[in-house]
Amino acid sequence: MVIHIDNKEYNIKSGKNLLEACLSVGLDLPYFCWHPAMGSVGACRQCAVKVYKDENDTKGRLVMSCMEGVKDGLYLSIEDKTAKEFREQVIEWLMTNHPHDCPVCDEGGACHLQDMTVMTGHDYRRFKYKKRTYTNQYLGPLIHHEMNRCIQCYRCVRYYRDYAGGDDLNVFAAHNHVYFGREKDGVLQSPFSGNLSEVCPTGVFTDKTLKEHYTRKWDLTMSPSVCNHCSVGCNTIAAERYGELRCILNRYNGDVNGYFLCDRGRFGYEFVNSENRIKRVIIRNRAGEASTEEELMQHLQPLVSMSKIIGIGSPRASLESNFALMQLVGKQNFYQGISEDEAHLNRVCIDVLQSGSVHSASLKEIEQADAVLVVGEDIWNTAPMMALAVRQAVVKTAGAEASQHVQIPVWLDSAIKELAQEDKGFLAVLNVSASPLDELATHAWHATPDDLSRAAFAIAAYLQPGKLQADNFSEELTNQAKAIGEALKQAKNPVIITGVSSYNDNVIKAAFDIAASLNTAGRKTGMACVMTECNSMGLALMDAPAFNHAMDSVRPNGHATAVILENDLYRHLTPNLVDNFLNKCDHIIVLDSLHNSTTEKASVLLPAATFAEGDGTLVNNEGRAQRFFQVIPNADTQVKESWQWLWKMQMLRSQKVNGHVLHPDELLQKMETDMPQFKGITSVSPGHDYTIHGERIPREPHRYSGRTAIQANKNVSEPKPFYDGDSPLSFTMEGFKGVPPSWAVPFFWAPGWNSVQSVAKYQDEPNGSLKGGNPGVRLLQDKKKENADLFFKDVPEQFVITKDKWLLLPKFHVLGSGELSGYTKALEVLSPELFAIISPKSAEALNVKEGDMLQLTDAGIAYGSLPVKVLDNMCDGVVFVNAGSRGTVGMNWGTRINLAKVN
Amino acid sequence: MAVKLLLEKAHVEGIRTYDVYRREGGYRAVEKALKSMSPEAIVEEVKKSGLRGRGGAGFPTGMKWSFIAKPEGVPRHLVCNADESEPGTFKDRYLMEFIPHLLIEGLIISSFALGSNATYIYIRGEYAWIPDILEQAIAEAKANGWLGKNILGTGFDCEIYVQRGAGAYICGEETALIESLEGKRGNPRIKPPFPAVKGVWDRPTVVNNVETLAAVVPIINLTGEEYAKIGVGRSTGTKLISACGNINKPGVYEIDMTISVEEFIYSDEYCGGIANGKRLKACIPGGSSVPILPANLLFKTAKGETRYMNYESLSDGGFATGSMMGSGGFIVLDEDQCVVKHTYTLARFYRHESCGQCSPCREGTGWMEKILKNIDTGKGKMSDIDLLWDIQRKIEGNTICPLGDAAAWPVAAAIRHFRDEFEWHVLNPEESQVRNFGLAHYADAREVVA
Repeated sequence: MVIHIDNKEYNIKSGKNLLEACLSVGLDLPYFCWHPAMGSVGACRQCAVKVYKDENDTKGRLVMSCMEGVKDGLYLSIEDKTAKEFREQVIEWLMTNHPHDCPVCDEGGACHLQDMTVMTGHDYRRFKYKKRTYTNQYLGPLIHHEMNRCIQCYRCVRYYRDYAGGDDLNVFAAHNHVYFGREKDGVLQSPFSGNLSEVCPTGVFTDKTLKEHYTRKWDLTMSPSVCNHCSVGCNTIAAERYGELRCILNRYNGDVNGYFLCDRGRFGYEFVNSENRIKRVIIRNRAGEASTEEELMQHLQPLVSMSKIIGIGSPRASLESNFALMQLVGKQNFYQGISEDEAHLNRVCIDVLQSGSVHSASLKEIEQADAVLVVGEDIWNTAPMMALAVRQAVVKTAGAEASQHVQIPVWLDSAIKELAQEDKGFLAVLNVSASPLDELATHAWHATPDDLSRAAFAIAAYLQPGKLQADNFSEELTNQAKAIGEALKQAKNPVIITGVSSYNDNVIKAAFDIAASLNTAGRKTGMACVMTECNSMGLALMDAPAFNHAMDSVRPNGHATAVILENDLYRHLTPNLVDNFLNKCDHIIVLDSLHNSTTEKASVLLPAATFAEGDGTLVNNEGRAQRFFQVIPNADTQVKESWQWLWKMQMLRSQKVNGHVLHPDELLQKMETDMPQFKGITSVSPGHDYTIHGERIPREPHRYSGRTAIQANKNVSEPKPFYDGDSPLSFTMEGFKGVPPSWAVPFFWAPGWNSVQSVAKYQDEPNGSLKGGNPGVRLLQDKKKENADLFFKDVPEQFVITKDKWLLLPKFHVLGSGELSGYTKALEVLSPELFAIISPKSAEALNVKEGDMLQLTDAGIAYGSLPVKVLDNMCDGVVFVNAGSRGTVGMNWGTRINLAKVN
Repeated sequence: MAVKLLLEKAHVEGIRTYDVYRREGGYRAVEKALKSMSPEAIVEEVKKSGLRGRGGAGFPTGMKWSFIAKPEGVPRHLVCNADESEPGTFKDRYLMEFIPHLLIEGLIISSFALGSNATYIYIRGEYAWIPDILEQAIAEAKANGWLGKNILGTGFDCEIYVQRGAGAYICGEETALIESLEGKRGNPRIKPPFPAVKGVWDRPTVVNNVETLAAVVPIINLTGEEYAKIGVGRSTGTKLISACGNINKPGVYEIDMTISVEEFIYSDEYCGGIANGKRLKACIPGGSSVPILPANLLFKTAKGETRYMNYESLSDGGFATGSMMGSGGFIVLDEDQCVVKHTYTLARFYRHESCGQCSPCREGTGWMEKILKNIDTGKGKMSDIDLLWDIQRKIEGNTICPLGDAAAWPVAAAIRHFRDEFEWHVLNPEESQVRNFGLAHYADAREVVA
């Protein structure tokens, strides 16, 4: 529809509010309380405009643009004198109590309040009185609290409580002394608390980890990056100064993470700066270090020329590195560095997602689902942002439902909240144990993975009666299946979520059967399979055998060299298995970024780049390939991307020395040719030689300062900027000015918009796609929809609980699980201790109570003993062991083990 | 002697008890309404009566009732707003304290008319002793079959619950009241949805003032048509006025809205004149938030017509030369009162009672209070008066709920009519601390007439 803004015509999508309309056509209009992901409440009164009855109306009326919907032919004015004066007055009001501490405030230079103050033109202070002050609170190791700066926009509580479902942050007191904080000092309980630092329009809530090594936003070198800490693949901005990674910011991707990140993703970056980093080449059992590359190459020459060379790939290394390893060792010698079980589960996920019967759902699609079923995956802990998306699906469905009955637009958050009250969209969670997601669930049910899959098969059987072979379901299962199946049938966009962490392929198969059955005409059904690591999907797509097979391929004294890529095998596999393998190999070359149990075994240890020092591509659980770009220049160190090292080794092995410098795009091209499943991988981003009108894309904002002083202690001349030959991004502030292509956004900035709110200038519309489409390429293409039939028809037997054999499953923790994120001290503090977790009934059967020690043994493997923790709301017959945290070892998850009380 | 519909029996010995109230003709209206009238007919009767909301805004009650949505299978609620917190207003307290059964009777009829099976009285926290009186009355009514299941064999069920507030002025605003009733922070809601569609717990809700609901009793007893004959124009029926300030006889008076302001102040039947033989300076006729009127505009409108105690006449002249009937909190100031201090006191009240949700009210009220305090204590500047004017002008009409307006109007009117007093404070910082400005050229209206 057409609306008139200051006598100019604009085409606007219907259903928007006036503020969204103004922002989407690129106009500047200040606001505070409105947030694109959270809608309007009309609290700050900052976005006032004049609206006129028609073109002849000269008087008009002042309205809050966030509270009025667009109407065809509407006349409004941003520039109207009364409106401008009022907006200036609102800023003046807000500034009456806001301290003048910008020079010492963490937000300074990236502050929405600063930007809006400048935008309204308020510059003279008429308020002559003392400002009100508050006591700040300790909110834990992640978020810093500075209440004096608060302008009471209520965004923090709306985000924390309504959007993220937290309940320990609230608004207290009244009038001009309202307080946003906790009831008393203490750690914020929500694992999404980090977003407060971006949601807050000023410096009340700031990133405490950044404070430890603070740098102004304009002094940061920034790159588009992808989160490394789970399989969801949220888009991030990695920011560096003086060779140190300073912080992680959200990088908007309308299809994936939108405006938010989880705390593991935002704060888990500190491993990059860790003292435990491998920074130099280490050659063990040899006098003297390899000080030059020539020396190293000489040493490596015989190793890589061995007749038997085995490559162990990694679920957390980039596709480029895994592929380079495959190139080095040959396809027949390349193995996935994960257990056979996990590889099998990943394979099942890919098979079902590629079957053509279901659509692999993006995070955005999950957020827009009108019914969600989670089976056998504790997404709160294994894919936190997916849990947040499910929360939005559940809450927004209720809101959308409510808004249909009354003429209230969905963006009118306060009214929608009142209308929906406690109503929720449909969510069923069938899991081994409870998670905070259960609170939102219409159905929450806890059982062993076998029984979960039976429950899921029962739903599939309800949706397609008479198709299952052994459908001797109990009455309870049948009734539950009927209730859940019926709700899913009512939905237009249902999503079925499952994953590998139950270590049970029937769970995935049954979830698929439900999704496929629902995928009928008039209904778009999505399916999501959560995996364990950031590139689990990419590695699985390479379709290599699992680690066990590597073992079989080496004969004792077979003169083999193993090349292990960025992988602590001891975390994925049982220690005896890894030891066996390593003992069989003559030489062990390990490429990694941090010292761990596997690197200890290396005869040659090569320093690999982290995501911050290198470029690469990761494939998330949706099958979306995404590029991350280097942000820390590594000119002075031995650190290289693994694929660079592996290319060098390949040159050695093939004895070709042609001086060719390998670009990552060449690797991807070769990969696309060699492996059709990676078709499209080259279009994630263009090659290293891409320019815009001959200019490269700068990683530094144009206000970057101190360039000439950075190395002044060594040399007063301005250092030559590090040249990045691998990508179209440059390590300078010069180059293309303007909105770069969506895959190459190193930071968000627009004239007058220095804060993260500037993302609006990079989008088609608030909450919409980035200009030119959201980045990432989906490798799992939807095929033509076939006639849906049940795919898997074998229903497993009911799980039988026995007193001597207990099903061993991993228990992940939203903040604590993560090999790399565990190096962030703040997260380490918040992660749980190691426990053997059992249900109250199991504890009774084992005659143990909380705090007792349990001995865990599995056919010859002694896992040692762990203290008991008794958990309500988990099924009987299962023992959980905390997994994924630092210091944990691989176990035979999904097998049945012996438990015995230690006296 | 004026007509009395509400307080006629208020001073009968023991009227607080059911037996006396019933003996004096109480609950006749319930019998009549429930036995012989349909809910629609009651709404029609209230419409005919011309009854206007007695809480302050003066919205026609019958019309408000007809807006209530009636979705199938969804309960509806009537909420009695007894959060009487406007400074200068204490009529509802008086009514509830002395003749509680009148309110209960009105509530039963109104609940029947609106289809509310669970009706709430939300009472301000400071009225600490009143809930006991109301609960006693409710218990008596229930014991005598006026409440509970199947009232009078009509099949209509009704329970009345008393809910105490925690002392926030803002909870008198109907949507904030609903939030508070639901157990939430008392912040006003954004409308739409209106309470008539989605109110308490998302159900259609009507919120009415105590006096409004009590007035339903005489409307049923007299019929709407007869009720409408009392009073004048669109100001029908009787109105309770709580008079206070520098008058000889402060108290609650029931008036029939045909008497003049002058008569109300000086007649012995009502206020009995200015106390201690002082002269009249100004008056706030409808509770602290309505514009203050200097004596010369109080008895006569700007056009020179007599000003009467009714909705239309009190607001004659708009805010430039008129005021509002408001909640009936009639505050009289004599020549010894300082308008600056008075305005500061009100500003302090509104600052304290702002919920803190939207910026103009939250920040503006605090700032106005500080400026007024400075002027009052002799630290003000001339520019402060203009600044005050500017701040109040930008608050008015730009807030989520009417509290912003309520805070802005007294300041605006004080400056509009008493600017010279503010200026005198600024120009005479020391003198203003020891003596009052007095009447200046705003001579007592009676003297002008004389």
